[in-house]
Amino acid sequence: MGDFSSKTIGHIDREFIHDLIKKGERLDGREFGEYREVTIEANVVPAKAEGSALVRLGDTSVVAGVKVLVGEPYADSPNKGVMMVTAELSPIASPLFELGPPKEGAIELARVVDRGVRESGTVDVEALCIEEGKKVFMVFADVYPLEYDGNLIDASSIAVNAALMTTKYSEMKMEDGKAVATGKMLKLPIKNIAIEHTVSKLGDSLVIDANLREEFVQDCRLTMAVDQNENFTALQKGGGSGPMSLDLVDQAMGMALDSSKTIKAIIDEAVKDVE
Amino acid sequence: MAVYFQKREVVVPGQLLAEGRYRPSNGTYDEGGKIYSSLMGLAELKGNTVRVVALDGAYIPKEGDLVIGTIKIVAGNNWKIDIGGPYGASLHANNALRRPYSDDISEYMDIGDVVSAEISAFDRQSGPFLSMRERGLEVLEGGMILEVSPAKIPRIIGRSGSMINMINDHLKIDSVVGQNGRIWIKSPDIARVRLAIKAFRMIEAQAHTSNLTDRISKMLAEDVAKLKDLEPSEEPSTEIETVDEEEPAPKPETEVSEATEPKPEVEPEAEIKPQPEAADETEEVVEKKPEPEVSTDVVIESDDKPETEEVNE
Amino acid sequence: MSPEVKPDFLISPEGLRIDGRRPDELRPIELKVGVLKQANGSASIRQGKTYIIAGVYGPRELHPRHLTLNDRAYLRVVYRMATFSVPDRKRPAPSRREREISMVIANALKPALFLEEFPKSVVDVHIIVIQADGGTRCAAINAASLALADAGIPMRSLVPAVAVGKADGKLLVDLGDEEDKYGQGDVPMAIMPQTDEITLLQQDGFFKREELVEAMQMGINSCKYLHELQKDALKRVYVQKTSDSDGEEFEDDLETDLGDAEIMGDE
Repeated sequence: MGDFSSKTIGHIDREFIHDLIKKGERLDGREFGEYREVTIEANVVPAKAEGSALVRLGDTSVVAGVKVLVGEPYADSPNKGVMMVTAELSPIASPLFELGPPKEGAIELARVVDRGVRESGTVDVEALCIEEGKKVFMVFADVYPLEYDGNLIDASSIAVNAALMTTKYSEMKMEDGKAVATGKMLKLPIKNIAIEHTVSKLGDSLVIDANLREEFVQDCRLTMAVDQNENFTALQKGGGSGPMSLDLVDQAMGMALDSSKTIKAIIDEAVKDVE
Repeated sequence: MAVYFQKREVVVPGQLLAEGRYRPSNGTYDEGGKIYSSLMGLAELKGNTVRVVALDGAYIPKEGDLVIGTIKIVAGNNWKIDIGGPYGASLHANNALRRPYSDDISEYMDIGDVVSAEISAFDRQSGPFLSMRERGLEVLEGGMILEVSPAKIPRIIGRSGSMINMINDHLKIDSVVGQNGRIWIKSPDIARVRLAIKAFRMIEAQAHTSNLTDRISKMLAEDVAKLKDLEPSEEPSTEIETVDEEEPAPKPETEVSEATEPKPEVEPEAEIKPQPEAADETEEVVEKKPEPEVSTDVVIESDDKPETEEVNE
Repeated sequence: MSPEVKPDFLISPEGLRIDGRRPDELRPIELKVGVLKQANGSASIRQGKTYIIAGVYGPRELHPRHLTLNDRAYLRVVYRMATFSVPDRKRPAPSRREREISMVIANALKPALFLEEFPKSVVDVHIIVIQADGGTRCAAINAASLALADAGIPMRSLVPAVAVGKADGKLLVDLGDEEDKYGQGDVPMAIMPQTDEITLLQQDGFFKREELVEAMQMGINSCKYLHELQKDALKRVYVQKTSDSDGEEFEDDLETDLGDAEIMGDE
């Protein structure tokens, strides 16, 4: 993801995209601050996952599923449940993804999306405590890309948040030191929703939601998690080692803020009918 | 003696096509005197030969094919070139350069360069060999590469080039169509590049249908008319070296109503159609400017949160 | 975490199964071809609540090189279950079960493929189980063989697959999750429909010899039905695309294009 050399893209395509951006154009006709079409199918794994969503961002698509398990809390946080996001670069999604143990790209994707969820306080982990020091709920949101045409981070962030918002699981109570289902279904205690927005730097220009061609030639990207109160809750500069001025970072933040309400509204609309 | 398919029927692997004294050809196989399809494709009977034209598939090189490739490695006197499909190609300097040439052939063509070349030899044990000796085979400068399914290339070219010539004429673009599914598109006007992509994608999606040339021609005629409404003057489509002024496209001087209502069978495109331009590739001297590689391997330090992954499992 | 309870019976007094099916009745099946844009070929299958996507890449250059076969393409199948596809979260790393199933799927598909047409290359089949509700290896074969055809890989035929099992002493096709868990065994199998030859055969549980023969015969019958569904799914891709064309007969450019021997590369 990012930092592509001439091995993956020929000179003329590289120059073509750069020249185009200099002229203020994108090949697919989008504005620099414009996302591709976002569609969300909520609850695609209804029988086995507690929450799920399939997200399309143009020709990029990912599926995210949530499992809620009962486990023991960490020693240093006996009254807190666990929230964790993982992701892999499934080779079904792109000829560029290889088999084998997770590489840097997969680990970065997982950690960046994870940070967007954890640092934003998305799930109230204290409310996931069943009995302090004994049993807590552990919430796992796992992401699998299905089609990779750029910007897996935003697609994954949208999918994970939509999946968390649709998650329902059985309430548990302790009986004789064991956690037993009460039969009552609960929604996740969601406190805050922050969605990640990724802006790519190409030369002196910034574009949001880069497709693969643009990602191939970007100098770097900046991912920003923005919550509904316009707080920035996580940043990650990656996707190449090109430096970025404070001015451009500021500009990128503006672009993220401009998109955050629209994307959040699409998510809200997609999850509202999931009961 | 029997044939079990309709003319141009979409058939699937394993479908019985014919039995008796028919000859199995591409896309079919013979088992016990019966001919079956081995592909998803369009079945055809020509004389007593049965074949199936694939609707998809990887590029398999064939001698004489024009292909577009990207240089991956420079090794001694050879360039290793990616042409898509299962087999990487190689091009020997003798088949690309006039002698004498420098010991370091990367001076002429280097990693990342995109070339048009011809398959000069191929068998499936030793990868394909390329040549750039024919006229018009060159390092491609400017423009972009669009990838389509190689199986759709015959329709993108059309009979004796009818489809691609029609597209070039409508859009006044330069193009090179590689049999390996790569199309080079060049125009100083991005709107025309977009229309070309739209046309190629439409051919790709509808390659198995009839009357495609007419539909594409009609679509492009309408689209180009709209473009002309937006641009008062035609940019010269000669070379890309033109300086680009960033000015918003001015409004059309005269309001022409959008011609979107269904048209009668007779198309007005004949009037609009520009004089066919000879889309010949000018013989250019291959010159390479050295270009610094920008990518460096950087190990990304993880910011350290306590790792919880193991504990949870 | 959905609490699963063992049902009182798997076959009702009326001879119907827990979900109301007759013994030889398959679950509702939906096959779609061309569901992924990046892959060279792809297909999805929904069979009951099981939901699987298969994507094919290739034939392409094989890395690492030491796997290269000089006389044919290497068929590499990777069957993976999403962590959330099962009641308890599956560990993210590939399990021994996933590796074994990948291998048996490859063996089930290989006899149907003309891999000798692409020596030294690799054909990659990636299978991801989004939701598992019994019969995933068979459903995966159904989807993978469609994805291979969609990728234009030459093949003798499509490969349909189904699991036959036994519950409450009765033979049943296409086991659901409860029947799989609480029944007396199952026999996943795949065939090449032209010859009825079996390319996948596994079994667990307790069967008499006659029962197994009967089970396999039931499986072959169900596979033939599945094969019809597979053919329809493939052809549907192209019927849909044509329907928007006007259908008026102009000069038949399709025929002239395809008839041009120069262009089509007829030998």
